[in-house]
Amino acid sequence: MSTNNFLQEIIESLPASHRNVMDKDTAHLVIHHNEVLGAHLVPGLDVQAEPIEDGVNIKIRVDKGTVIEKPVHMCFGMVPEEGLQKIIINAVIEEDAAIEVLAHCTFPNAIDITHLMDATIHLERNARYSYFERHIHGMKGGVKVVPKAKVYVDEYARFKTEFELIKGLVGDIDIFYEGFVKREGVMDMMARIYGRENDRIKINETCHLEGESSRGVLTSHIACRDRTNASVYNTLTATAPFARGHVDCKEIVQENARAKAVPIVEVAHPQAHVTHEAALGSVDSKQLQTLMSRGLTEDEATELIIQGLLN
Amino acid sequence: MGILQVKDVSLKLGDKKVLENLSIDFWEGHIHAVVGPNGAGKSSLAYAMMGLPEYRNHEGDIVIEGSSIKSLPVDERARLGMSLAWQEPARYEGLKVDTFLKAGSRGSSRTTDEALDMVGLEPEVYKYRAVDKTLSGGERKRIELASILMMQPRIFLMDEPDSGIDMSALQKIFEVISMLKKQNTTVILITHSLEVLRHAEHAFLMCHGKLIDKGTADKIIYYFENNCLPCDHQNQPLEEEIS
Repeated sequence: MSTNNFLQEIIESLPASHRNVMDKDTAHLVIHHNEVLGAHLVPGLDVQAEPIEDGVNIKIRVDKGTVIEKPVHMCFGMVPEEGLQKIIINAVIEEDAAIEVLAHCTFPNAIDITHLMDATIHLERNARYSYFERHIHGMKGGVKVVPKAKVYVDEYARFKTEFELIKGLVGDIDIFYEGFVKREGVMDMMARIYGRENDRIKINETCHLEGESSRGVLTSHIACRDRTNASVYNTLTATAPFARGHVDCKEIVQENARAKAVPIVEVAHPQAHVTHEAALGSVDSKQLQTLMSRGLTEDEATELIIQGLLN
Repeated sequence: MGILQVKDVSLKLGDKKVLENLSIDFWEGHIHAVVGPNGAGKSSLAYAMMGLPEYRNHEGDIVIEGSSIKSLPVDERARLGMSLAWQEPARYEGLKVDTFLKAGSRGSSRTTDEALDMVGLEPEVYKYRAVDKTLSGGERKRIELASILMMQPRIFLMDEPDSGIDMSALQKIFEVISMLKKQNTTVILITHSLEVLRHAEHAFLMCHGKLIDKGTADKIIYYFENNCLPCDHQNQPLEEEIS
């Protein structure tokens, strides 16, 4: 596997606006299985990637006060049909620093691939960390994805993560994120997944609002078709004055799919406030009939509504 | 013969009769109003004409240009050129206005920018917003009207055009309705508003699922003001009032 072939696969899978991975002023890290195929850094960003058996141990540090202007691209994946890839990440975003990471996880030929991520992320005071993880899977459904992260958000820091898997079959996904948010800190976690055939989706996200005026939002938008089985467990705890949080889970269920949502909201301070909403089931009939009254078939209308939910 | 005919239609929802022996002809390129108090069956008539699933199991027939559409589902009626704008338009999380407008524009030469301009919404402000709860009821109503303009239907049913919108937005809706008429679209306004009724060329007064009277807008306004507004029959017409 050459760098060029793997990179080419990834770049072709990206939206046009993100195809600047190889620009000189754009940092990137390309990892195929346990090989670092390419790395390019920018001032203020330190990335050390050490191969381990079946994976890579990555240490990321953004220096104090450094604002990385362009998104950093991290490309993980495996082109073969079978294998195991472990990505262990330890990231520290120092005080007043900011970074946006676009992670592209590509397993186009997977028949039996396991992709494990185990991350510890620490945002120091007033740091910003935005992590967008986009998966491209093939149509064989043979991927097991297990991303785990513990995130520590210090005072005034902001953590935002988005997980998107809407092309190809999910396979088996088991997300486990847990965050701890201090005073005026913000945690915003979003998952958008389109399950089809025999996909299995499990999301377990927890956010602890521990600091005064901390804020947290957990959002899960899932579409389940065919025989997909999806379970979403969102937990939000608020133990400080003026902590504010919201849990939002929407799951569209079609055909023989099954969906479950278990939102847990817990408040342990009289001046804290958290809310939750969950909507599971078929496509809303008025949405459907409006689009059908414009001439779309039921299938076309359903697909458009799902694409909107996952947008 | 009208382009759209409702022929002796009766409909029950559960045990309740909502339409009873209703017959109306709608004329090609004309503006019609179906008027009546709340609960008269006006919206049910619109839904039956559009073929919404709960409203298709009716007696009698609905006919476009001489052919029955009774067995056709909503999308097939739409592809014959009929469409409906709801009293309270649907919201779509994440679906962009531009995508929503294009959804029904099969073969239309009109652009989304033109359609938004025509309903008085700035394209650069609205085009890439989602059709969701961040839009006001009036904005969603105008976006729904823009989607109708994209579709360019031959028969347009609009349920309560003035519901939830301010006067300037209503004026814009009237302008669009006039423009649709110029394009020979058959417009059917479902309303209990005399202001809306005044824009119609033909009016039909309903009460308790029945047709009470029909004629010019002036005639029905006179009847409505003198008989319906002071009426204490709780939406139950007297037998002698049924036309």
